[in-house]
Amino acid sequence: MSDRIKLTVDGVTVEVEPGSTILQACEEAGAEIPRFCYHERLSVAGNCRMCLVEVERAPKPVASCAAPVAPDMVVNTQTDSVKAAREGVMEFLLINHPLDCPICDQGGECDLQDQALGYGIDASRFDDNKRAVEDKQMGPLVKTIMTRCIHCTRCVRFSTEVAGVPEIGAIGRGEDMEITTYLEASLDSELSGNVIDLCPVGALTSKPYAYTARPWELKKTETIDVMDAVGSNIRVDMRGREAMRILPRNHDDVNEEWLSDKSRFVWDGLNTQRLDRPYVRRDGKLSAASWDDAFALIAEKINGKADKLAAIAGDLVCAEGQFALKSLMDTLGSPNLDCRQDGAKLSGPRANYLFNSSIAGIEDADALLIIGSNPRLEAPVLNARIRKRWTMGNFPIAVIGEPADLTYDAETIGAGADTLNDMVAGKHAFADVLKNAARPMIVLGQGALSSADGASVLAAAIALAEASGAVSDDWNGFNLLHTAAARVAGLDLGLLPGEGGRDVAAILDGAQSGEIETVVLYGADEIAGAALGDAFVIYIGSHGDRGAHRADVILPSAAYTEKQAIYVNTEGRPQMAERAAFPPGEAREDWKIFRALSEHLDAKLDFDTVEALRVKMFEVAPHLSQLDQIAPAGAPQAPEAGKAETSVFASPVEDFYFTNPIARASATMADCAKAKQERAPKAEGTGTHG
Amino acid sequence: MSVRRLHETQPESFAFTAENIEWSKGQIAKYPEGRQASAVIPLLWQAQKQEGWLSEPAIRYIADMLDMPYMRAMEVATFYTMFNLSPVGEHFVQLCGTTPCWLRGADDLKAVCRNVIGEQGDITEDGKLSWLEVECLGACVNAPMVQINDDFYEDLTADSFEKLLADLRQGNEVTTGPQNSRRGSEPEGGLTVLKGDI
Repeated sequence: MSDRIKLTVDGVTVEVEPGSTILQACEEAGAEIPRFCYHERLSVAGNCRMCLVEVERAPKPVASCAAPVAPDMVVNTQTDSVKAAREGVMEFLLINHPLDCPICDQGGECDLQDQALGYGIDASRFDDNKRAVEDKQMGPLVKTIMTRCIHCTRCVRFSTEVAGVPEIGAIGRGEDMEITTYLEASLDSELSGNVIDLCPVGALTSKPYAYTARPWELKKTETIDVMDAVGSNIRVDMRGREAMRILPRNHDDVNEEWLSDKSRFVWDGLNTQRLDRPYVRRDGKLSAASWDDAFALIAEKINGKADKLAAIAGDLVCAEGQFALKSLMDTLGSPNLDCRQDGAKLSGPRANYLFNSSIAGIEDADALLIIGSNPRLEAPVLNARIRKRWTMGNFPIAVIGEPADLTYDAETIGAGADTLNDMVAGKHAFADVLKNAARPMIVLGQGALSSADGASVLAAAIALAEASGAVSDDWNGFNLLHTAAARVAGLDLGLLPGEGGRDVAAILDGAQSGEIETVVLYGADEIAGAALGDAFVIYIGSHGDRGAHRADVILPSAAYTEKQAIYVNTEGRPQMAERAAFPPGEAREDWKIFRALSEHLDAKLDFDTVEALRVKMFEVAPHLSQLDQIAPAGAPQAPEAGKAETSVFASPVEDFYFTNPIARASATMADCAKAKQERAPKAEGTGTHG
Repeated sequence: MSVRRLHETQPESFAFTAENIEWSKGQIAKYPEGRQASAVIPLLWQAQKQEGWLSEPAIRYIADMLDMPYMRAMEVATFYTMFNLSPVGEHFVQLCGTTPCWLRGADDLKAVCRNVIGEQGDITEDGKLSWLEVECLGACVNAPMVQINDDFYEDLTADSFEKLLADLRQGNEVTTGPQNSRRGSEPEGGLTVLKGDI
């Protein structure tokens, strides 16, 4: 292509897009450039000067991250003068940087440490005392040791640009510049943990992880997160049996390299409140039991009464487990099965319940309507993607639902079904905006679907998508934003009421009236215990949470880091989670529990290995075998339904830090919730006021 | 320069006078729509003129006025040393200690400040005076000099400076500019060249 710019880096000729920086060209040519302030997903600051290179006919070394390429430029990155220049920069950086690597949590994965190996000199020529900076309070997640800060401003740029909560800043100037939040308030972003990864030194480190482990003693497992339905790619670091921390992995189409705070800091929840052996309720009290006792008791309750059996699958469970549950229910002949524990009225073809435009596709959209969702709380990483699109400009955004600060400008045009119906009828100004957009996008949240008229809302939203041209051959802008990592797989595998079967609401009604005698809660913890009436409750899950408290039999299963299992994210992208550790105690992988239980119920499932299970599962849902690929889902089809009537679409996430059993078991999440409460403006005249 | 922090005791609130609100609107109107944050320095300055110093509520007040994050306004207020983050005296002495003034006796003036007022940042009990050493104020030809509020007082000696401070304290009339017989930055003792017609 002729419009590309040709230049030479270290004797290698490369062609790059016009407007690229010299640093990008150097990377293209395979030359490694050290850097501290430059980050490819943030704006260019150009203040660390570590990326100096020599450009022929330039009088001085050039900061490659901030200098654009020009045709026929000749760049040298390996000359003596470049090395001397970088050594000079490093020497200046180290004037004030403390030599406390042995007690620094960044040790072993520190950019400064690594680059000092290449460009540091062995002794300092400066005799003055080093600068000392007071540590700043930034909340329960980010620990600060500000003396180590080298003023790269990555954290400032991240919070302003990506997180959209401009709360970190640099006060003072020169040697006295300090990074802090306004009056040392704790961070208010759901993405705040990312500043820990971004910090090239040990100034911002993880508070819950502080002084617990060294990076080289951890076993690292690359897996998938289940705290929301985004399916962020993560790495779980284990020491022995204990999860020590969770870090994001890069996946450009899903989470880029960000991770929400809940996903990142929930790991202590994996180590506490665990169910490590079966329990049986005797005389009103749960007591430890053997697997055989527990199975025998279940068999006694279920055998011969399969028509009075019902099962509900929860939010964090895997595809394999759900398939095994469905197979068991089918074999027993019970149609009372549902995976929508929030009561969302989802049904129909796959396109009805997927985020069809894909997460990366948000960047191609040119108008957005959010219905009954607060993406900032339901999927913070996805919200950052919407914000990224918004910062590019020309992206009108409207919300039908509760007004909220989404970190970008979004006009709240209504609260509920009335506005949605007006939009469908084309009676609203924003309907024209959607219609005139080339790639309009509609994001429908679970909050709009879980009320009684959920199916009508779904139908109206699909009608709106069709009316505004959001569904065409090359663009599908009808998007469903799930909150549960398990949901799409559940719907793909048909964990829905069979013929004459009951959905969640009907199961609960049946439990109250006695028509349903036994309820299997497979990781379903969002159902109030009292709603289950006098039913015999079998809880299969990993944590001693709401479900387990109500249960009559508890069968301990594996958490998401303890099994190799498929999760399907809100886009319909199947991803394989890997096992970082074995389940604790006598807990077993989910599918094995159903397989073992089936024998006691005389309904033996015909798979003995997870591979055999997957072969059968792929027969039902072939697209699950195509890992990391999104199978095309076609166009959504509006279900037959009446007129939507709900007056207010409320987001299902009331407290971001407590949405699932693992998060509720985490002390860190409790700290976060407390900090958020303290941050919230206090009402006049209450508490310690005055 | 040293680390600058907000003052430990802060007022409850801050509000511009009606006059200053009008003035601020004029400043904000200078910038295009959506770029009103550009007016942050003039507005902070006006707040300081109104109160003598810049309090935390004032920083928030102006950030709200310009629809910018508090942190961004705080960065500006802490960056520029012209913003006083602590209260100052009615007559706020900024004493130049940079080389030309220092060579011409700035140390003597500092000693006067210490005697009359106290240490840097201290305010006299009557609230009339406080002082701060600053970098070059660009009047080297009349060194040593100080700036008190909006005016320069130049060609000072320890005696003339002490008298100046006493006059200010008592509310007497003072002359700005050189405190010896010099006119502007003409040579001391009258012209030495170009005396007559050319």
